[in-house]
Amino acid sequence: MPPSQRNSSELALSFTDVALGYGDFTVLRGISMQVQAGQVVAIMGGSGSGKTTLLRAATGQIAAQSGTVRVFGQELAGMPADKLRALRQRMGVLFQQGALFTDLSVFENVAFPLREHTRLDEAAILERVLDKLDAVGLRSAAHLAVGEISGGMARRVALARAVVLEPELILYDEPFAGLDPISLGITARLIRDLTDRLGCASVLITHDIQESFAIADQVYLVGQGRLVAAGTPDTLSGSQDAYVRQFLDGAPDGPVAFRYPDTPAFQAWLAQQQGRNP
Amino acid sequence: MNTPRNPVSALGGWTLGTISGVGYFTRFLGALLARSGIALRRPRLVSQQVHFIGNYSLLIIAVSGMFVGFVLGLQGYYTLNRYGSEEALGLLVALSLVRELGPVVTALLFAGRAGTSLTAEIGLMKAGEQIAAMEVMAVDPMRRVLVPRFWGGVIAMPILAAVFSMVGILGGWVVGVVLIGVDAGAFWSQMQSGVDVWKDVLNGVVKSLVFGVSVTLVALYEGWQARPTPEGVARATTRTVVVGSLAVLGLDFLLTALMFGN
Repeated sequence: MPPSQRNSSELALSFTDVALGYGDFTVLRGISMQVQAGQVVAIMGGSGSGKTTLLRAATGQIAAQSGTVRVFGQELAGMPADKLRALRQRMGVLFQQGALFTDLSVFENVAFPLREHTRLDEAAILERVLDKLDAVGLRSAAHLAVGEISGGMARRVALARAVVLEPELILYDEPFAGLDPISLGITARLIRDLTDRLGCASVLITHDIQESFAIADQVYLVGQGRLVAAGTPDTLSGSQDAYVRQFLDGAPDGPVAFRYPDTPAFQAWLAQQQGRNP
Repeated sequence: MNTPRNPVSALGGWTLGTISGVGYFTRFLGALLARSGIALRRPRLVSQQVHFIGNYSLLIIAVSGMFVGFVLGLQGYYTLNRYGSEEALGLLVALSLVRELGPVVTALLFAGRAGTSLTAEIGLMKAGEQIAAMEVMAVDPMRRVLVPRFWGGVIAMPILAAVFSMVGILGGWVVGVVLIGVDAGAFWSQMQSGVDVWKDVLNGVVKSLVFGVSVTLVALYEGWQARPTPEGVARATTRTVVVGSLAVLGLDFLLTALMFGN
C-alpha cells in the first residue's frame, strides 16, 4: 500500500493474551499489545526475557502456544504459506546480526528485496538503493563486499535493506547494538523519520533506554515471563514499580536477580567436580 | 547421559534412521525439482553458479587430469609394449579417461572442492540468519539459494569432466609420443577410429551428469541439514566428502554395468 493511502488508526500488529515458547517450554505468557500505523513502539527487557521471541512470533517464524497474533488484522495461526508470504512482503525486518547475504555486495544486498518483489528496471533500482544507502550514510560504500565493511556499517546496510520496499510494518531487533554514538543518534532519528514519512508502524526490540525513549510513542517492558509494564516513555519514567525502576536505573538489586539461581543440577555437578579433585 | 542399548533396539534405531534419512533426502530432491522453474526464468542465477563452481574446481581438475594422463601414458605403454601394441596407446588413454576416469575422478575432486564449499556456504548462511532473513523477506530460500546452485553443479560437472579428459589425453600424448616416442599418427588415428561418440563419449557425459546430480545434491542437503554451529558445519562438510564420494563410486559401478555390460 502506498504511504499516502495508509490509515494511521489501522492496527499493524496486535497480540492478545499470547503465550510464546519453544516446544513445551513457555518463555512469555499473557502478552497483550497493540501497534498502530504511524507509531514507534519499543519492546524492552533484560537479556533472555523473550524480546526476540516476540519478534519471531510477529513474523510468523514461530506460532503462539495460545492467544492470537494478528498482523494487519489477519491472524497468523494456521495461515497458508502463500498468504503468509504476501503478508511478509508488507513487513521489513532488521535482524540482530544484520543477516546480510555474504555472497552479495552492499548494493546487491539492499537491491535484493526489489529484485525479488518488484519489476523495477535497473535505473530505478539504482536510484532507490542509493537513496536508502544515502539515508544511512553509506551511499559511497555501495560497491564494497560485505566482508569489507565493519559490524556497525553492516547493521546500517541491513537497516537500508529492511526499509527499501517502504514496508507498512518494520521490526527492528536491537537496532542500536554495536553502533557508535554518532551512528546511534542518526539511526534513532532515521527510524522516527521513516515512521512519520511512510506512515508505517515501527517496533523496536532494544535495551537502549535513552535512544528508544527519545523516539518511542509507546513502551512495553517484558520480564519474568510476562508483560511487566506498558505506557508512554514519560509514564514509565515516572513509574515507581520495582521492576521498572531497577531496569531503568540499572540497579544490581531488585526483583531481577543478577546471579543465575542455584539449582540441584549445579550442586550435583559441583559435588562431582570436587570429588574428582579432592 | 548415554545408557547402553540392547543391540536389537540399536539395529532398529539405525534402520529407522536410515529409512527416514532416505525419505528426507528424496523429498529434498523433489522440493528442489518442483522449484526449478526459477532456473529457466532467471538463467543468470544459474550461469553465475556455473561460473563460480567451475572456477572453484577448474585448476585442481586440470592439474589432476594432466598427472592422470601422464600415469596412463606410462603404464599403458609398459603394458602394451609387452605385446607390441604400443600404437594402441592413444585408444587406451582416451577410453580410460572418457569412459571412467574423467567422470569418476572429476566427481571425487568436485565433492572435495566445490561440494564442501557449497555445504559450508549453506551451513554458514543458516548460522548467520541469512536463510531466516530470506524467509522473513517472503523469499523462498530453497528456490532462491539452492536451486541455482543445484543446476550450476549439474551443468558444471560434465564440463569439468570434459576438461579433465582433454587435459588427460594431452598428458598421455606428452608421455607416450613426445617423451617415449610412440608414433603420433598411430596414437591419434587409433583413438579416432576406436572411440565411439555414442557408446563411449555420450555414456561418459551421462555418467558425469548423474554424478553432478548426486554430489551437488548431497552437498546442498548436508548444508541445509547442518546444525548452525561451527561444529555442525564442520561435520556436514565431512559428510559431504564421505557420502558424496561413496555415492559416486557406487553409482559408477551400477552405470558401468548398465552401459557397458552385455
